Amino acid sequence: MSVTLTENAAKRVQSFLAKRGGVGLRVAVKTSGCSGMAYAIEFADVEAKDDLRFESRGVTLLIDPRSLPYLDGTELDFVREGLSEGFKFNNPNVKNQCGCGESFAV
Amino acid sequence: MALLQIAEPGLSAAPHQHRLAVGIDLGTTNSLVASVLSSNATVIRDEAGRALLPSVVRYQRLGAETIIGHEALAGQSDDPHNTLSSIKRLMGRGLGDVANLSDMPYTFVDKPGMVHIETTAGLKNPVEVSAEILRTLRLRAESALGGELTGAVITVPAYFDDAQRQATKDAARLAGLNVLRLLNEPTAAAVAYGLDKGSEGIFAIYDLGGGTFDISVLKLSRGVFQVLAAGGDSALGGDDFDQRVYDWMVASAGLGTLGSRDARHLLTLARSAKEALSTSASTAITATLGDDRAICLTLSRETFADMTVDLVARTLKLTRKTLRDAGLNVEDVKGVVLVGGSTRMLNVRTAVAGFYKQEPLTDLDPDQVVALGAAIQANALAGNRNGDDWLLLLDVCPLSLGLETMGGLVEKIIPRNSPIPAARAQDFTTFKDGQTAMSIHVLQGERELVTDCRSLARFELRGIPPMIAGAARIRVTFQVDTDGLLSVSAREQSTGIETAVSVKPSYGLDDSQITKMLEDAYGRADADMKVRMLREAQVEARRLIDATEAALAKDGEELLAPPERTTITCHIYTLAEIIETGSNNINTLKAAADALNTATQAFAERRMDASVKRALSGRRLEQIAEHLSADVG
Repeated sequence: MSVTLTENAAKRVQSFLAKRGGVGLRVAVKTSGCSGMAYAIEFADVEAKDDLRFESRGVTLLIDPRSLPYLDGTELDFVREGLSEGFKFNNPNVKNQCGCGESFAV
Repeated sequence: MALLQIAEPGLSAAPHQHRLAVGIDLGTTNSLVASVLSSNATVIRDEAGRALLPSVVRYQRLGAETIIGHEALAGQSDDPHNTLSSIKRLMGRGLGDVANLSDMPYTFVDKPGMVHIETTAGLKNPVEVSAEILRTLRLRAESALGGELTGAVITVPAYFDDAQRQATKDAARLAGLNVLRLLNEPTAAAVAYGLDKGSEGIFAIYDLGGGTFDISVLKLSRGVFQVLAAGGDSALGGDDFDQRVYDWMVASAGLGTLGSRDARHLLTLARSAKEALSTSASTAITATLGDDRAICLTLSRETFADMTVDLVARTLKLTRKTLRDAGLNVEDVKGVVLVGGSTRMLNVRTAVAGFYKQEPLTDLDPDQVVALGAAIQANALAGNRNGDDWLLLLDVCPLSLGLETMGGLVEKIIPRNSPIPAARAQDFTTFKDGQTAMSIHVLQGERELVTDCRSLARFELRGIPPMIAGAARIRVTFQVDTDGLLSVSAREQSTGIETAVSVKPSYGLDDSQITKMLEDAYGRADADMKVRMLREAQVEARRLIDATEAALAKDGEELLAPPERTTITCHIYTLAEIIETGSNNINTLKAAADALNTATQAFAERRMDASVKRALSGRRLEQIAEHLSADVG
């Protein structure tokens, strides 16, 4: 089981963490949104007891055990689309997602 | 697909819930928009990767597209009359208010409220022109953030008065922006550096832009920024430095008079040379003129510093003066923030560091720092951050707000530097017996006399029930919203009748006048206080005369012997004469008033006795006792 970052995403996260501080990046799935599930990415200041820990390209990813099944195999990318830039989930588990991609179903 | 941003721990927004908010620096020369992405304030760039949008709007024939920004700037020399720049100077201003209007190549039309400009697309006012710039930035932000904006924080100079702030707000509304708040530019710069978190003390914001210089002294305590003093020169900026380099080029190469095309070309080269010196010790300037003459010069940092030394000295002189206005020494300043592209010049940095005896803060891009601070504030106001540690930053009211009282005096209701939003109420009363209306005159300024302050609004409260002077209770409430805009209401407490006005400012003062008003107030506090005391004594004396005359008319015949009446009338006459002649000797006035008071003492006692007798006559003792005990109970 694993979650990874693309090189672009790793660079971005590292530079954010360097500026802000923190132990890593928390990636989670929440049950909400128009298609049932929604991604959340947050800075992590502490590692929780049952967090699962992944290292990808020098970045620590923290994922709680409930989120992991939905995220297994996901690659987190940082992309630029026109003027807009931000993080994008390439998640093989997704069957359906809402038009905007902020939420999804498995 | 929407792109996600990293959130602070525990603060991930539900899908479609993240509120997009931006900060906008609406500048005289350039404007910028910034937003907080992944907890990081970032300037939003256009398709070509440019952060700055020149604040220039070019109007074309009716029906043709309006051009904004870089393209408009590039076409300025082809169509100077329809290409509007430096419009910020005209915001909220009438024709008579703006200095050096003749420098601008436009056809002005004076209209009530604000100056208008004749263009090929019709009459345009500064609010419309600014709205074009704001709309361009809004569209840029919306396409970058991928959604509609919840709101924006727009920055304005600290010295902007109500009229200029209102005009800025109107422009934003016209551009389809929801204004979360207007924020003072120096405050925004301080926020960008995180000065609002943790540190308390005095900070100086040195802002040298393309055409303007502003120096502000801020005091930060408990998350509130107060502008202690603001100063500057609205005609001193990077352009003057360019001009010096240009003059030097013309002189060193012995060029004589140049055609406008050559002059423009050389001025552009002068600017590039100035900019190059920020990173290298010397730079080569080469050009070929229209008549094939070639120029080849080398400009060193030292030469540049020499030719501009007086410009830098001028900024420091203003800095010193502003500090003095605030009653502070250089040692009191805890930190210095550099704002404006012109602070990239090394000789400016060195001079500022030398003046304050400390290294100024320069980590952030000086062109962007104001927009970044506004973005941080916008993000907080939009509700994207709700951690406990976040103190909602407050701003302060730049000039005192008050109203006119008898004698042409100003009663300050909201003092300068009160944190906003603020609401204060004060009770006033009637001055004459049977007075049924009250005129309320709202003023802004630091001086004691109405004539020295700026009139913001006038309205009347009518329908006060007739009462003796001093019996009516009229509560006047001043409210300043988060943008520094004022509304005033007056309410007669017994009847509840109420009138209100929200100040649609009568546009009127220019920046230097505001600064001057502040300076005057500091310099003349003493003289003002004396005038105030005299006016107060005059008002008090007049009230005494009115009261005595009313009493004489009512009970004089009955209670006073003719010689007593003559004495009192005589004293009234003396006092009235002192007021009439406008004597400014407060002691004479007070002595005469005291004399009248003494002369009427016996009369007052007799009136009191008489009225008690009247109240008690024809009643039996038990009734009186009952009455008294009821009163006590």
